[in-house]
Amino acid sequence: MMSNRSWFLQLKPIPATVTEVRKEADDVCTLCFDAPMLDRAMPGQYVMVWVHRLDEVPMALSSYNAITIQNVGEATRVLTGMKPGDIIGLRGPYGSGFGIKGSDILIIAGGVGAAPLAPLAEACASRGIKVTALLGAKTVSDLIFVERFKAVGELMTATDDGTEGYLGPVTELMKDVNLEEYDQLYACGPELMMRGVLDMCAERGIESTLQMSLHRYVKCGVGLCGACCIDPDGLRVCCEGPVFTGDKLVGSELGKYRRDASGRKTYPWGRE
Amino acid sequence: MTDISTEVTGLKVRSPAMLAAGVLGTTGTSLRRIAVSGAGAVVTKSLGVQPSEGHPGPNLVEVDCGFLNAMGLPNPSCAAFLDEMDAAREAGVPIIASVIGRNAEEFSGAARLMGGADALELNVSCPHAERGYGASICSDPDLLADIVRSVKGSVKIPVWVKLPPYVDKITELGIISEKNGADAVVAINTVPAMAIDINTGMPILGNITGGLSGPAIKPISLKCTYDLYKALKIPVISVGGIAGWEDAVEFIMAGAAAVQVGSALHNNIDIFREIETGIKAYLEEKGMTLEAMRGIAHRKT
Ligand SMILES: Cc1cc2nc3c(=O)[nH]c(=O)nc-3n(C[C@H](O)[C@H](O)[C@H](O)COP(=O)(O)OP(=O)(O)OC[C@H]3O[C@@H](n4cnc5c(N)ncnc54)[C@H](O)[C@@H]3O)c2cc1C
Ligand SMILES: Cc1cc2nc3c(=O)[nH]c(=O)nc-3n(C[C@H](O)[C@H](O)[C@H](O)COP(=O)(O)O)c2cc1C
Ligand code: FES
Repeated sequence: MMSNRSWFLQLKPIPATVTEVRKEADDVCTLCFDAPMLDRAMPGQYVMVWVHRLDEVPMALSSYNAITIQNVGEATRVLTGMKPGDIIGLRGPYGSGFGIKGSDILIIAGGVGAAPLAPLAEACASRGIKVTALLGAKTVSDLIFVERFKAVGELMTATDDGTEGYLGPVTELMKDVNLEEYDQLYACGPELMMRGVLDMCAERGIESTLQMSLHRYVKCGVGLCGACCIDPDGLRVCCEGPVFTGDKLVGSELGKYRRDASGRKTYPWGRE
Repeated sequence: MTDISTEVTGLKVRSPAMLAAGVLGTTGTSLRRIAVSGAGAVVTKSLGVQPSEGHPGPNLVEVDCGFLNAMGLPNPSCAAFLDEMDAAREAGVPIIASVIGRNAEEFSGAARLMGGADALELNVSCPHAERGYGASICSDPDLLADIVRSVKGSVKIPVWVKLPPYVDKITELGIISEKNGADAVVAINTVPAMAIDINTGMPILGNITGGLSGPAIKPISLKCTYDLYKALKIPVISVGGIAGWEDAVEFIMAGAAAVQVGSALHNNIDIFREIETGIKAYLEEKGMTLEAMRGIAHRKT
C-alpha cells in the first residue's frame, strides 16, 4: 500500500522486490522487479541500485522493470547472486536516455553494453523504425539478448574467439555496412569499442547522428557531486548523459582516461 | 548597467555569487565550466594530503526539502589536484582551494600544497567526515584556533574558515577564527541529518547519517550570517539553500560579502548568470549599489 505522498517517496529509493532472475551469460544475469513507477522510463535511462548495507551502483534499465548485471566487483557479485524475493532499493530513473529518431537505425553493442540497447531496439521497432543490430562479445556464451534483437530486426554478431559470427571486434562489422545510410547510430559497450565507433563516425563526418551511453563513476546521480564529470567540457554523465551525441565526445577523454572513486585519473587503456 | 563586481579578502570578483565547496568541484574542467557560466569565484572539492574514496553509497538522497548527502569527502589529494588547477584557471576567476585535515600539521601541509590557489577555505565543518575530520574540529576551540593560526603562518594567500551550522555557538567559532587571523568566514556547511527507509527500517545513507542542504537550511543559514556579520569585522560569505537572485539579495541584506551556491545547480546549471542579472536589475530598479545593500537589515530594526 502506498500513501498519497508517493510522489515524495519516489525521491528516496523505491523498495523493489526481485520477481525473477534470468541467467544471460556466465557472469551476467537479469533481475526483474516489481517497480511500476519505472514504467515511463526511456531506453538508456538508468537507476541507482541500493544493495543494502553495501553500496549503491548505477545500472541501465534493460527493460522497464529489469536490470542486467555483469559481476565485476562487490556490489555486482551480490546482485548477480540474488533470488526472487530479495529486496533492493531503486532511485531514478535518471539520465538523458536515447533520443528515438529517424526510420532506419543501426545499433552497435558490446558485451553487457547490450543492456540499454535491447529496450531501445524494441521501442524503435514498435514505432515502425527499421532496426539493424551488431552485437559483439568475447565468446558465444557471452552474447546477450540475441533473441531480443533478432525478434525486432536484423542481427549480425561477432566474437573475439570466432565461436559465433565474425571472428574479431564488433567494430569490424561496421565496415560491412554503409554507416551513412542510417538515420541514427546507437552504441554502448567497452570503452575502447565506443572510442572505435566514435572515430569511424567522425572520419565520415556523421558523429552527430551517433548516440552513445557512457560509463563513469556515478555517486549522486543528480549532477551535484562532480564524480562523473568528463573532460574537456565538464559534462555530467549522470544527468546530462549517460547518452551523449558523438559531436560532444570528439576530442574528449573517452578511451584515454577516466576518474576513480576519489577523482584521480586512471589509465586502464594505457598511457599514450 | 549596474556594476556588481566586488572585493572579498582582496580578491576581485565580477559577481558576488560563487560555487560552493564540493559541488561540481572534483575536476578542473568542471570548475572552468561553472566559472564560465558566470560564477564570481569557484571553490574546489575539499582536498586532503592523502586521496580518499569517500563513503560507500547511497551517498545522496533527495528529501522533500532538499538533499541529504554523505559523500565522505572523496578527493584525489592535493598533489593530484594540482593537475586540475590549470584547466580551472583558464576561466580567469579566482579559485579557492578547500582543504581538510585532522590537526594543524595536516591542514598546513594541505594548505602549502594548495598555496598556488587564490585563497584557501578550511573545511572544519563537514558533518559526515571520517573520524577527526570536519565538524568534530569545532567541538574543540583550541584545536580550531591552532589550525587557523598554523595555516595563516604557512601561506600568503587569504584564509577563509567554513563553519558548521551550530546556531548557538557559531559567533563564538567566528570570533576564534577572526582572532587567529582568518580573513573571512564561510557559513554554513550542511546540517547533520538522516533518512530511514520505512520499508526495511534501514538508514538510507551508506554512512547512516549525513548533511542536509538546499531550501530547508536557508533560514538557518540566514540567521548565522546575520549573527556573524554583527559579531565580526572580517567578511562573512554565506551558503545554504540559495536558489535564485532573491535569495542572494536576502543574504547580502543580512550582511554577506558574497554568497555560494551548491544544491541549486542540480537542475539549474545556468544559475550564476541568472543571479548576476537578477541582482543587477534589482539594484537598478531600487537605485541602490551593492555596498549600500549589504547589511541593510541591521539598519532597519
Ligand atoms: C549509467 C551507467 C549504467 C550502467 N549500466 C550497467 C548495466 O546495465 N550493467 C552492468 O553490469 N553494469 C552497468 N554499469 C556499470 C556498473 O555500475 C559497475 O559495474 C558497478 O558499479 C560495479 O560495482 P561493484 O561494487 O561490483 O564494483 P567495485 O568492486 O566497486 O569496482 C569495480 C569497478 O566498477 C566500477 N564502479 C564501481 N562503482 C561504480 C559506480 N558507483 N559508478 C560507476 N562505476 C562504478 C569501477 O570502474 C570499478 O573499478 C553502468 C554504469 C553507468 C555509469
Ligand atoms: C554533494 C555535496 C558535496 C559537498 N561537499 C563539500 C565539501 O567537500 N566541502 C565543504 O566544505 N562543503 C561541501 N558541501 C557543502 C556545500 O558546500 C554547502 O555548504 C551546503 O551544501 C549548503 O549549500 P547549498 O544549500 O547551496 O547546497 C557539499 C554539499 C553537497 C550537496
Ligand atoms: S554522479 Fe554526482 S554529479 Fe554526476
